Amino acid sequence: MRHIISILMENEAGALSRVAGLFSARGYNIESLTVSPTEDPTLSRMTLVTWGNEEIIEQITKQLNKLIEVVKLNDLSDGKHIEREMMMIKLKAVGDQREEVKRLVDIFRGKIIDVSESSYVVEMTGATSKLDAFVETVAKELIVEVVRTGPSAIARGVSGLRL
Amino acid sequence: MELNGGEIIVECLKKEGVEHVFGYPGGAVLHIYDAIFNQDDIKHILVRHEQGATHAADGYARTTGKPGVVLVTSGPGATNAVTGIATAYMDSIPMIVITGQVPSPVIGSDAFQEVDTVGITRPCVKHNFLVKDVNDLAETFKKAFYIATTGRPGPVVIDVPKDITAPWVKVPFKYPTKIKMRSYNPTTKGHVGQIKRAVKMMLAAKRPVFYTGGGVVLDNAASELTKLVQRLDFPITQTLMGLGGYPATEKHFLGMLGMHGTYEANMAMHGADVLIAVGARFDDRITGNVERFCPDAKIIHIDIDPSSISKNVRVDIPIVGSVKSVLQSMNDVLAEIEVKNKPEPLDEWWADIERWRARECLKYSKKGKMVMPQAAIESLYKVTNGEAIVCSDVGQHQMFVAQFYKFDRPNRWANSGGLGTMGFGLPAAMGAQIANPDDEVVLVTGDASIQMCIQELSTCLQYNLPLKIVLLNNGYMGMVRQWQEFFYEKRYSESIVEAQPDFVKLVESYGHVGMTVNSPAELDKTMEKAFAMKDRLVLINVLIDPESNVYPMIEAGKGHNEMYMPPESELV
Ligand SMILES: Cc1cc2nc3c(=O)[nH]c(=O)nc-3n(C[C@H](O)[C@H](O)[C@H](O)COP(=O)(O)OP(=O)(O)OC[C@H]3O[C@@H](n4cnc5c(N)ncnc54)[C@H](O)[C@@H]3O)c2cc1C
Ligand SMILES: Cc1ncc(C[n+]2csc(CCOP(=O)(O)OP(=O)(O)O)c2C)c(N)n1
Repeated sequence: MRHIISILMENEAGALSRVAGLFSARGYNIESLTVSPTEDPTLSRMTLVTWGNEEIIEQITKQLNKLIEVVKLNDLSDGKHIEREMMMIKLKAVGDQREEVKRLVDIFRGKIIDVSESSYVVEMTGATSKLDAFVETVAKELIVEVVRTGPSAIARGVSGLRL
Repeated sequence: MELNGGEIIVECLKKEGVEHVFGYPGGAVLHIYDAIFNQDDIKHILVRHEQGATHAADGYARTTGKPGVVLVTSGPGATNAVTGIATAYMDSIPMIVITGQVPSPVIGSDAFQEVDTVGITRPCVKHNFLVKDVNDLAETFKKAFYIATTGRPGPVVIDVPKDITAPWVKVPFKYPTKIKMRSYNPTTKGHVGQIKRAVKMMLAAKRPVFYTGGGVVLDNAASELTKLVQRLDFPITQTLMGLGGYPATEKHFLGMLGMHGTYEANMAMHGADVLIAVGARFDDRITGNVERFCPDAKIIHIDIDPSSISKNVRVDIPIVGSVKSVLQSMNDVLAEIEVKNKPEPLDEWWADIERWRARECLKYSKKGKMVMPQAAIESLYKVTNGEAIVCSDVGQHQMFVAQFYKFDRPNRWANSGGLGTMGFGLPAAMGAQIANPDDEVVLVTGDASIQMCIQELSTCLQYNLPLKIVLLNNGYMGMVRQWQEFFYEKRYSESIVEAQPDFVKLVESYGHVGMTVNSPAELDKTMEKAFAMKDRLVLINVLIDPESNVYPMIEAGKGHNEMYMPPESELV
């Protein structure tokens, strides 16, 4: 099963490589990983997407907790949560395609943030599955490049992952 | 007080009560060596290879419970230390390794003797630090010692760029008295409810067995364990790392379990209805095939590291906490409820165990012309009254010590279990002797292993370390040969050590004494002669039966009830 793990860790050089190293050393899957500082600049927040059976996920969370720089973590898949990912996608857009692409972007509630004679850059946010759907819907030959942040996620309700 | 970085490091070590540092100098640590030169409180032990420094610090730690300290230079100094760091990591041994690094401004430029020490050691340390500011040194050392010695212990590397220790940069020095880290707070007290549930389960058991490991030794919990075992009248078996955590000569002790464990220990595991795992990590040498591991048992597991629990084998009652504190609580709970709940006597279970014991699974032939390795360890046990500190390398000889030297106390046995590092023994014994100058320290080794760190014989001379080295010389990499005999139809591919040195001459050239044992008749006499030389290092080259095997043996992937037994053991 796919799991989304939120990690609060010391904002120190090397902390990220400890997490990445742990996953490769122990052969865990890693689908995406995003990290950036929080409102408290000494802490970073990481969102990590992985998959595995219950035993593996239990080991993953235990091993992550064991890293000295990890302060706290939460497996968001245990409860209700919201997941968002941002994508920028550069599409070829000439002639009739320009209107067609624009319509599709509107349907997916994307924004065109750069326009050239023959291309658009589209910004789109949403659940990973929505971005996947857009990429699948657009004609393959129109895609110049795709840049995605990987999902970040937060639990619903008042409680939060904090010190 | 204003000090430079080198002086600060020395002061930090003093504040931590460090008396010995094992090291080897080089460019990046010269400032630190200069600070060492100017003081007398900390004694530096100059090894002959950085691997030796780490194993020596490790042997020091295993036989004292205190962290071992290592100082090496950047680049090759650090990479040479890696094997010893990984060895300590696998066995959860507290160690501080200070590595020099190239000056901060040139880090990343492929400078002379630069390696990414933090990167290379990351997967085999509990934690590591790169010091970026001389003002951070003291706090970094405080944290390093705290992390290395608390929770599940382990090695911590502190990488110190050369500019950080520059003599001309002086800063105020104050060693923190306390440290609190928001991201690191090991649990020591076990959950009270879980402890009570566990005790209840133990009292209801009909076929219980304790399976205890290195955690008992690391946490100095032998007396709590002994009390609990004897009060419950339960049998106990131990891992290779746990030996000494319970007196081996006492009747509840079944011997070591696992791949080369005793018949009675493995059969008790197989037949148990309640297994109490204490500070042990269900290693594959113990479990064999996990599908067939303790098929009927409910499992209680005490461990300070949550990731050890239910990692390889699902447990029924996990207790996260320190062995010492949890066993103490169990003893307390028992004292309260035992009156009401006197456990039924376990007569039937003990009768089973006696039957298994009667198979004498460690029996070996005494008729041959050659010395049997088992006999050599028995002779060693006699001549030392079972009271020596014994270190070993890796191979058959290591297993023979585990089976035949009955450790009654913890911290008397140092060997590399998790990583299985040949070359560990000699430097580890050196560290053990330095830590325990009044004790008899013995190295049991093989003709292949001893050659992997043999240069340390020179260190032993420099510091007058009167080790006794029992070399079980079979002319083979015995353990490898045994596997090839059993599983590769005796195709002894590259396991014969051709062109051996003359070990007696070799130790003599290092300034020590060498003796040879050619036949069983010479064994005890030579041992006595060697051990009578109290202030000399003596190597006893024991020519043993070259093709003797370690029995019993469980083949990888088999169950505990499927053991190869020695040809000598009677069928019952
Ligand atoms: C050639 C060879 C053959 C071997 N054959 C065997 C064999 O037949 N039988 C055998 O047993 N081993 C054997 N070994 C050793 C084996 O590989 C493992 O090293 C060993 O079984 C692990 O022992 P352990 O479970 O006690 O764990 P250790 O490595 O000692 O780990 C200690 C455990 O205790 C926990 N702990 C640490 N401190 C505390 C504390 N304060 N409180 C609570 N818990 C704590 C740790 O988290 C860890 O889980 C062999 C090794 C070699 C090289
Ligand atoms: C550094 C290292 N290399 C290889 C091995 C694999 N290995 C395990 S036991 C062994 C043979 C050890 O031979 P020896 O030291 O003579 O001991 P014996 O088994 O004969 O008692 C080898 C090569 C190892 N454990 N460590």
